[in-house]
Formats: sequence, structure tokens, C-alpha cells
Amino acid sequence: MHKATNCTKAVEMIPDGATLMIGGFLGVGTPTRTIDELIRQGKKDLTVIANDTGRPAVGIGKLIVAKLVKKVIASHIGTNPETQRQMIAGELEVVLTPQGTLAEQIRAGGYGLGGVLTATGIGTTVADGKQTIELNGKQYLIELPLHADFALIHSHRADYHGNLEYALTARNFNSIMAFSADCVIVEPEHIVPVGVIPPDSVVTPFCLVDYVIERGN
Amino acid sequence: MDEKTLIAKRVALEMEHGTLVNLGIGLPTTVANYLDASLEVYFQSENGILGLAPAPEQGMVDPDLTDAGGGFVGAVPGAASIDSAVSFGLIRGGHLDVTVLGGLEVDELGHLANWTVPGKMIPGMGGAMDLVSGAKKVIVAMQHSAKGKSKILKRCTLPLTSVRRVNLIVTELAVLEPTDAGLVLKEVAPGVTVEQVIAATEATLIIPEHVGVMPVSENVAAAKA
Repeated sequence: MHKATNCTKAVEMIPDGATLMIGGFLGVGTPTRTIDELIRQGKKDLTVIANDTGRPAVGIGKLIVAKLVKKVIASHIGTNPETQRQMIAGELEVVLTPQGTLAEQIRAGGYGLGGVLTATGIGTTVADGKQTIELNGKQYLIELPLHADFALIHSHRADYHGNLEYALTARNFNSIMAFSADCVIVEPEHIVPVGVIPPDSVVTPFCLVDYVIERGN
Repeated sequence: MDEKTLIAKRVALEMEHGTLVNLGIGLPTTVANYLDASLEVYFQSENGILGLAPAPEQGMVDPDLTDAGGGFVGAVPGAASIDSAVSFGLIRGGHLDVTVLGGLEVDELGHLANWTVPGKMIPGMGGAMDLVSGAKKVIVAMQHSAKGKSKILKRCTLPLTSVRRVNLIVTELAVLEPTDAGLVLKEVAPGVTVEQVIAATEATLIIPEHVGVMPVSENVAAAKA
């Protein structure tokens, strides 16, 4: 399997209007070169599913500032005043979702589940318009799966085959999103020969990864 | 001792040996500074680390190791890194012993509102709703009033974080415990009277025969009462 590509070619595959899952937590574990290339190529009307929208000059925040995003599904936008400004001005649709629910919606989308039941959000505005179900005397929200056209993820190491290993808190949503998109593009910190990442250390198995972006210059 | 230090020192007395604890951003984070050194307490950060430690000296930080506020941190020996689904599985699944969170409002039902002021502040709930719904024990650490208005109300006016009843509320004036009957005044701060707490609180308080005094001192946190 030939999975190597470069940033330019990878982003050329992404059409305007695409739904993207982007890994990272306040920019930690976010594929920054891929984001910069999205901006350089001016991809627009994007729907972004991510934990947060970074900061104005960090991570996903740059896409917001460049006005390339029409809809965001995230748990937190408080560190990016530009996201809040565009939301209040009606330029950007924002769906705020509890972080654990977001993780499970993404996981469900990639694990072949029809949704998840969670008590988180019961009795709050998060429940507005959603179905609830009572099981064993307890109320749950029915949260539907999320799926994307592309997952743009970051890893610590990737081998030529596409096996991925992550570092500390840079893993966050990356390993979950690798399941939940039609096309998974990884931007690794280091690319290593097959076998260097031992089978027990592989977090994201090769079969989920479509493209590995070459090292930067 | 300023109000926030007093609150953090009192909350620190709630920590027990061998527990897993999540501290919210801001005042709750400072609770870690006042822990009894003999306690083995592990801190979870919901972005994916169990065993958070203070940041190493400048120039030694790992950019892939941050807390949930994005600040650089360290990790204790024996720490474990996890993804966001595992992190919230721990939170929702009842594996997290304690969470300490700030609050905008708390009410007589023990309901907490701490994530949004519609039209003014819309940062998103982040992990707060899962933490309040799922942690074994929820402690709210906040100042008693904001701009002269009590933050402890008969009913919250802001959108709720959860309908789960929190376990304890610690302010610079008092320690309150929500119960089936209502909010019980457990302790007052040193030098504060029961009458002063009642006067500063919109909610109706249940005053037991014995109201304790927070066992905190200027220097180190006093032994647990």
C-alpha cells in the first residue's frame, strides 16, 4: 500500500463544503501543516468537527479567522473570541456539545453504532430537540453518531504502512477520529520504518489510515 | 489570607488518600497547592493524562503534555496517557472520585450552573457537563457572591450544567451541603457568623444545632476535623 503523500496533494483532495474532523485539544495534537495548507488553498464552506476552535493564531483557530468555516461542532470555543464573534454575528453556525458526548458521537460514527445513550445533558439545554429514553429507571439522551468526509489527524510516529503511535496529551481525539471518516489523512511528527513501532504500541492500526503526509522541509 | 486561598485550602481538606481527582480551570486548580503532602492523590486532566504534575522548569516542557487549559504541565512517575473517549469513560463511568469546579450559581436543589451566560458569555461546556453528571463527588469551589449578589439562590436562573445534585459547596464564607431537605450550613469561615452567612445568601439555609468552623489556618492546612 502506498500511503505517502505531501501536504499539497492531500489537501487538493478536499473539496469546498467538505466535513472535516480535526484532531487536537487547544492546538495540542492538531495537524498544523495541513491546516496551513487548507488556508493556502482557500478551501471554503467547511464543516469542522473538533474539540475546540483553538486560539485565533493556533490550530483550528486559523481556519476560523480565515473565514473558511461555515459550521463548527465542538465542546468549547471560549479560547477563540473570533469564533464567538462570528457566531453572534450569524456568520458561523456553532453546535456546542459536551466533550464526552462529542467523543462518543465520533466513536459511534466509526464503530458502526447507531448512537449512544448518555445521562450527560439531561435536564439542560443540550437536551433540547433530542430524544430521551428511560432505562432501568434512569433517563438518557440519545446522541447520534458523527461521521466526516475527511479526518485530519496528528500522530507522534507513523510507519510507512500507516500504523500510528501518539504522545501524551496530543492523542486526545485523533485516535477516535481515525475511525470515523471516509478518508483519513495523518500528519505525523516522525515517519519510521515498518516494525519500529511494535504491534503492542500501535494505537491506530494501519487499516484505518489512507494517507501519510511526508515530513516537512 | 485572601478569599480564594481560603476556599482552596478548605477544598484541599476534602481530598482523600489514593483518589483520582479532576480540578477545573482557575480557582479549583489551586487546590493542588494546599494538599497534605502525605496524601497520594492523582490528578486527571480530561485532555488525556492521569497523574498530572506541575510544569518542569522553563526550557524543559514537552509541548505534547498540557492540562485542559492548554498550559504546559508535567507528569508523575506512573502517569498514564489516554484518548478523549477513555478520559470521559473514566468520568462518566464513575471511575473519577472527585471533581472540583467553579460555579456561577448553585441553588437549593444542589443544581449547578457554570457554563454560560446567554448573550454574554458562550464559551461552551467543555467537559463540565460530563464531570458533574459522572464524578462520584462534585465539589463547587466559588466565591459566595458576585458584584454584591448572592450566587447561592433558591433556583438557578442561568442554564444548568446538570440536574445531578452536587455534594459540597465551598465559599469564602461557608461550607454548604445540599441534601433532600435543602442546603445545610455545615461550617462557617473563621471569624464569620451564621447570621452573616444567612444575610449573604438568597437561598434558605438549614441551620443545624452545631455549625463548625472551617479548620483552615494561615500557614498549612489544618488536620481534617
